[in-house]
Amino acid sequence: MAYTPHTDPDRAAMLAAIGVAGIDDLFDDVPPAVRAAAWDLPAPMVEQEVRAELRRLANRNRIPDVSFLGYGAYRHLVPSVVSEVVGRAEFSTAYTPYQPEVSQGTLQSIYEFQSLICELTGMEVATASHYDGATATAEAALMACRLTRRERVAVSNAVHPEVRRVLATYCSGPGIEVVEVPADLAAGGTGQTDPAAAAAVLDDSFACLIAQQPNAFGVLEPMAELGQAAHAAGAQLVAVVEPTSLAVLEPPGSYGADIVTAEGQPLGIPMSFGGPWVGLMAARMGAVRQMPGRLVGATRDAAGRKGYVLTLQAREQHIRREKAASNICTNQALCALAATAYLTAVGPAGLREVAELSMAQARHAAGALRRAGLAERRFTAPYVAEVAVTVPDAERRHAVLAAEGVVAGAPLWRDYPELTDTLLLAATELTSDTDIERLVAALEASR
Amino acid sequence: MSVVDERVDASGRGAAFASPEPGEALTIVEPLVFDHSRPGRRAVRFPVASDAARAAGKGEPALPASVQRQEAPRLPEVSELELLRHFTRLSQLNIAIETAFYPLGSCTMKYNPKVNEWAARLTGFTDSHPLDPDELAQGSLELQWLLAELLREISGFAAVSLQPAAGAHGELTGMLMTRAFHRSNGEGEQRTKVLVPDSSHGTNPATATMVGYSVVTIPSNERGGIDLGALRAALGSDTAALMITNPSTLGIFEDQIDQVVAAVREAGAIAYMDGANLNAILGRFRPGEAGFDVMHFNLHKTFSTPHGGGGPGAGPVGVSERLAPFLPRPLPVLREGDADAVRANAWAGRETPGARFGLDWDRPQSIGKVRSMFGNFGMHLRAYAYIRANGGDGLRGVSDDAVLAANYLRVRLADAFDLPYDRVCKHEVVFSGRRQKRQHGVTTLDMAKAILDHGIHPPTIYFPLIVEEALMIEPTETESLETLDRFVDVMHDIARRAADEPEALRAAPVTTPVGRLDEAGAARRPDLRHRFGPDPVPESTEGG
Repeated sequence: MAYTPHTDPDRAAMLAAIGVAGIDDLFDDVPPAVRAAAWDLPAPMVEQEVRAELRRLANRNRIPDVSFLGYGAYRHLVPSVVSEVVGRAEFSTAYTPYQPEVSQGTLQSIYEFQSLICELTGMEVATASHYDGATATAEAALMACRLTRRERVAVSNAVHPEVRRVLATYCSGPGIEVVEVPADLAAGGTGQTDPAAAAAVLDDSFACLIAQQPNAFGVLEPMAELGQAAHAAGAQLVAVVEPTSLAVLEPPGSYGADIVTAEGQPLGIPMSFGGPWVGLMAARMGAVRQMPGRLVGATRDAAGRKGYVLTLQAREQHIRREKAASNICTNQALCALAATAYLTAVGPAGLREVAELSMAQARHAAGALRRAGLAERRFTAPYVAEVAVTVPDAERRHAVLAAEGVVAGAPLWRDYPELTDTLLLAATELTSDTDIERLVAALEASR
Repeated sequence: MSVVDERVDASGRGAAFASPEPGEALTIVEPLVFDHSRPGRRAVRFPVASDAARAAGKGEPALPASVQRQEAPRLPEVSELELLRHFTRLSQLNIAIETAFYPLGSCTMKYNPKVNEWAARLTGFTDSHPLDPDELAQGSLELQWLLAELLREISGFAAVSLQPAAGAHGELTGMLMTRAFHRSNGEGEQRTKVLVPDSSHGTNPATATMVGYSVVTIPSNERGGIDLGALRAALGSDTAALMITNPSTLGIFEDQIDQVVAAVREAGAIAYMDGANLNAILGRFRPGEAGFDVMHFNLHKTFSTPHGGGGPGAGPVGVSERLAPFLPRPLPVLREGDADAVRANAWAGRETPGARFGLDWDRPQSIGKVRSMFGNFGMHLRAYAYIRANGGDGLRGVSDDAVLAANYLRVRLADAFDLPYDRVCKHEVVFSGRRQKRQHGVTTLDMAKAILDHGIHPPTIYFPLIVEEALMIEPTETESLETLDRFVDVMHDIARRAADEPEALRAAPVTTPVGRLDEAGAARRPDLRHRFGPDPVPESTEGG
């Protein structure tokens, strides 16, 4: 009972007030047939022991000296001020703002988050957050089905495999069919999703087309044309985006996206072996009543003071029960706060610096490997901050380098068997020139 | 009080804030972050690419002009100090566990230990990339394997997945597994109904719908338990599952739970236990052992991870043998080494030489992935630290003290408020404000708002739906007797004022940063984002 304050006299006083002889009397209602057998759990630990055990496990991880691994999770700077903000217990130890008068801090910060995501994406409304980018995308597909009253979903296979896996799981329940649109993965191919291929798949039975910008290989997609293909079939365009790239790339609102989703991890959230991260979702106001998840709106009190509340709750499970737009309840509020603090900390200039340095270092790495004769770019289309390269004998060399503390990107053949010997290298603003020199040297040595 | 929202002009740029009136400086009102913005002001800066980097990148394709953003996003431009002051002032508008008693029923607002936060910030965890080769991630994998082992032992289930990101997400996982199970038996088409008690959380019926099931509501009996007769009548060859919360949302243990589970299994249906109230029964009742097929844990409730103002949570699921093949993939597994030895060593804080962990993707009957990567790992490690700090005896004591505190409040407040189900409760107790409403015209909402003026977060109100004017109080095990007694005094005072000065309660709260807000107006005229002056393009309209 590491954290309970009660002394034995306290307990005795409470038992006496209740009028029972002992604590077991309060568990008489558990039927004898199903009372718990003795369990086999470890002994308690004091703080220094807990620390030692957690440090043991943290130290068992080997954080690579140099890593070009991205592919859905990115090592960016988490500014000190961001950690400070999310570390404030007034934010972290509050719950869902059901009592707005004493939750204005949480509510206003969510309103600011929604505003920032709208501004970044060029959309009109953003939710308070989702579990991650993959579940946000799956929920966007279900939302598109509700909006169009259709039950098929098209997705480019250049959308990240993790997103497509979660999409398939979410769609399996209500029996929504997911059809993949093949990207051009051929040797010497663009790495893009061909709008004609999308148009060939889409017809008036499809609720949406899901495409990713930049796609899973870091390649720029022809989003406007893909959107036209979707809209020609009366389907929605769901754009999956990477938030830091929106400092330099046109916002999805301007190429006709109907719903935008993203993994918000790059916005000041540590990778932490996969979570907690934050899913972003934005859409047009016309669709707001079919959006899943929480929304915060501005309003006033009786004295005319501005304040913020959870709103449009008639979409939500605690009001609508089986008729709700989604079952989502707890989401990722503290991670959304991290993203809010991050976007505030970096501002428009800082976000652009992050995007530009990431792009420059990706080109630096690709150019250096090409000139050293170590790797060739796999796809012809322009890329952003991740580049797919072909390296002979990649599987063996990737393992050799990993053992030396150099992670040479993501082995794409595991998810795309046709992409033999293809590694996806990611750069961020934390990728240094010496990191790239080390990668080149290590690949050279592994020949 | 000056009119707050007139302090800044529409652009948010260049306007001077009105001087506060005397005494007003203590009432914190914080403008939007956009209102602090001034062009050119900076907080965090980044390097630019070196000349060498630019030279090396020559020959690589540039971004085509056609895809480039024309106008920079209007993010705030502030200094670090202004940023911190803004968010610090916002934080001060919140009530939180560390500032006040927070007896929000069904949410288990217990103390969130600081050593957990310390652990979550270790760079060995924060910098662990989920796709790093297994050899580099042995610590993360071992931790997940150990936590799953602990949750298995705590719940009595055969296997556990840590992948779901919240309780409702665990429910979705459980219902998808239910569906996969029935399909594997050739009963996928036949079993279309999910039964839920009328006292259930809204997430239960919403989850069943998401999976394509129809929902049948089962009434509660006069003692607050599920009506066994009605349940038996509803069960049939078309039943996919029963989703039941135990203890129920009334804070009452289902004292016929053995018969409930037997009836469900006899009908060939899946017995789902909503584990939201697990904090009441640690060491007393193990759902897996009692015959349940599946349960989600809320790590942010029972296992002390911070609620974060509405997440992140974590909603691992435990399952019976017959559902185990359908768990989400991958599962962390021990690839090399003896499981008993690894556990024994870890419980002693020792490394097991030669132990090697990995991820098992080879699960052909799996429902697939419900979330990217492996779930909210940062929550997993906090829960692991909490379980290790408490140990088995401590966890049992957690529930003992939580139930003791709730029953203490039940007895101490029974004179002031109606108790629709007057029996021993578990971790929470549900009162009704119907007496105050009928006799004095004071609603439970009024009383909740009056509680705010005492610097205490109100209980959950108007839930469960089957209790008129419900007040659902969950004190948790981490509140001292003095705090409980003070709460009793506050509640007695409010009951007295409901009789003596009902108008004052209807005007509450008066000490909070804002008063009662116009929620109907917020929904009628949605204002969901900041406007940077007039929009050049009219917004799409609803239905458009």
